[in-house]
Amino acid sequence: MPTERPLTGNMRTDGEALDLDAYERAGGYRALRKALQSMTPEAVTDEVKSSNLRGRGGAGFPTGLKWTFVPPNAPHPRYLVANADEMEPGTFKDRLLLEGNPHQLIEGMALAGYATNTDVAYIFLRGEYKLAARRIEKALAEAYRAGYLGKNILSSGYSLELYLHLSAGRYMCGEETGLLNALEGKRANPRAKPPFPPVSGLFGKPTTVNNVETLCNVSHIVNNGAAWFRNLSRSKDSGTKLYGASGKVKRPGIWELPMGVTIRELLEEHAGGMRDGVRFRGLLPGGASTDFLVEQHLDVAMDFTEVQKAGSRMGTGTMIVLDDQTCPVGMVWNLEHFFAQESCGWCTPCWSGLGWVERILRAMEEGCGQPGDLDKLAFQTRFWTPGHTFCALAPGAAEPLQSALKYFRADFERHINEKRCPWR
Amino acid sequence: MLAPEERTEIEAEFPHYPNKKAVCIDAMKIVQKHRGWVSDEALRDIGELLGMSDADLDGVATFYNLIFRRPVGRHVIYLCDSVSCWIMGADLQCRHASERLGVRPGEATADGRFTLLPIVCLGACDHAPVMMIDDDTHSDLTPEKIDQILERYK
Repeated sequence: MPTERPLTGNMRTDGEALDLDAYERAGGYRALRKALQSMTPEAVTDEVKSSNLRGRGGAGFPTGLKWTFVPPNAPHPRYLVANADEMEPGTFKDRLLLEGNPHQLIEGMALAGYATNTDVAYIFLRGEYKLAARRIEKALAEAYRAGYLGKNILSSGYSLELYLHLSAGRYMCGEETGLLNALEGKRANPRAKPPFPPVSGLFGKPTTVNNVETLCNVSHIVNNGAAWFRNLSRSKDSGTKLYGASGKVKRPGIWELPMGVTIRELLEEHAGGMRDGVRFRGLLPGGASTDFLVEQHLDVAMDFTEVQKAGSRMGTGTMIVLDDQTCPVGMVWNLEHFFAQESCGWCTPCWSGLGWVERILRAMEEGCGQPGDLDKLAFQTRFWTPGHTFCALAPGAAEPLQSALKYFRADFERHINEKRCPWR
Repeated sequence: MLAPEERTEIEAEFPHYPNKKAVCIDAMKIVQKHRGWVSDEALRDIGELLGMSDADLDGVATFYNLIFRRPVGRHVIYLCDSVSCWIMGADLQCRHASERLGVRPGEATADGRFTLLPIVCLGACDHAPVMMIDDDTHSDLTPEKIDQILERYK
């Protein structure tokens, strides 16, 4: 039986977006019609809950449960935000969904909006995704004209305004509360929690924030049911997943596959294995802020539960592959440079510690590593833990560093002992 | 003074947000779209329209790397320096672009044609190394390819 690919199976092969006609012909907006005409908001939430859909932004939080966090008597307007600020290095999955089928996201948002009794929704899109922006604008206009958005949608009495916000850069905007500040026209510093966004979020009102891929799943769950969605997967975490691979593999790319395929299958069957002349050394399973996995983990299933058991996180599911011709210390330096640069400066362990670590790694790459540097690096990562910082940026930065110190320790030591980078 | 079309475009954003201040990032981007960058004078004019001080606005502007508070070249080159592109040789591409244009990252060419900027992951990692010029993404870069692409931007 061919693998079902609800998220990408209907996309055009020429790279153009599905327009409204094509989307409707493929069954689009049927789920919205069904929900508005025959389901209560609670029933939509229950279906998503029972589907066990987990957030595809990286944290894997159960989506249906998140939707119940807005208190029933909470004030209006209530907000919903699609986090389309895809800036996790090595991640290129939401771009495919945004450029290839913007109506799928819009329908998912209308359903999520109905389920959470939302009045106003935003697509928070990173500023560099210009092609996606043009296609979303067009799709929004089509959806408004067809009565899928706006006042009294499909004569149901439910109304939803949906706007596109094109951001102006910075990784911090992808952090839930940083994003809310950015939408309010402020610096994207994170907020202290509690209160959590479902209680007091955007403009102080109840707010639900979901990732693009998460929202794109919703119409399919409403159409086909929770059991169908659970059965798409090969593991406890349900559905399909957009998996990707970049680095020196033969066929870098992105594939929608059943949740829970193994890392080996992704790497060997879909990415075609390593390029000729290079050997596999390790990978970050789901973006820059996930722990390295190595050879011994190749048979781990790529889902939230199993990758966590292996000591990392599935994150965004887009793997970055390290080969033997690439310096692991250089790679970690590149990652920590990114985190240091993108730190918003709000918390000391982050702005101070990241800069320090970045300088140590640079020195090591330039042949100026000192005995004791590895202890300093390990010492810093211990401050980058939840509870020491307002957001997950520094905890994320700790993951590739602490795991590199574990799996590639000899390479770090060679840099210090030989006073040079052996790969240069 | 804001040009009438700038003003119209900014005001078209007002209904999307519950207050004018929330429009400030859009407003600065609109002005930048028309003028290439956001000058002190533009900041004051936007502030007047939105009821914000220019200091407040500058605080916001300086947070965001896609808002320019200095003039830039006619075309802005954003070269990805994040991890997947780095593995695929982004350093070499950056050095090549830098030498060809005679500028360091962060600088504009003397003829005002290009500004070269590093940028974080552009989300096209299966085609690394990658850059954007203005609104267009260019992928699978090589030095030769960079030379050809640059020729298209006058």
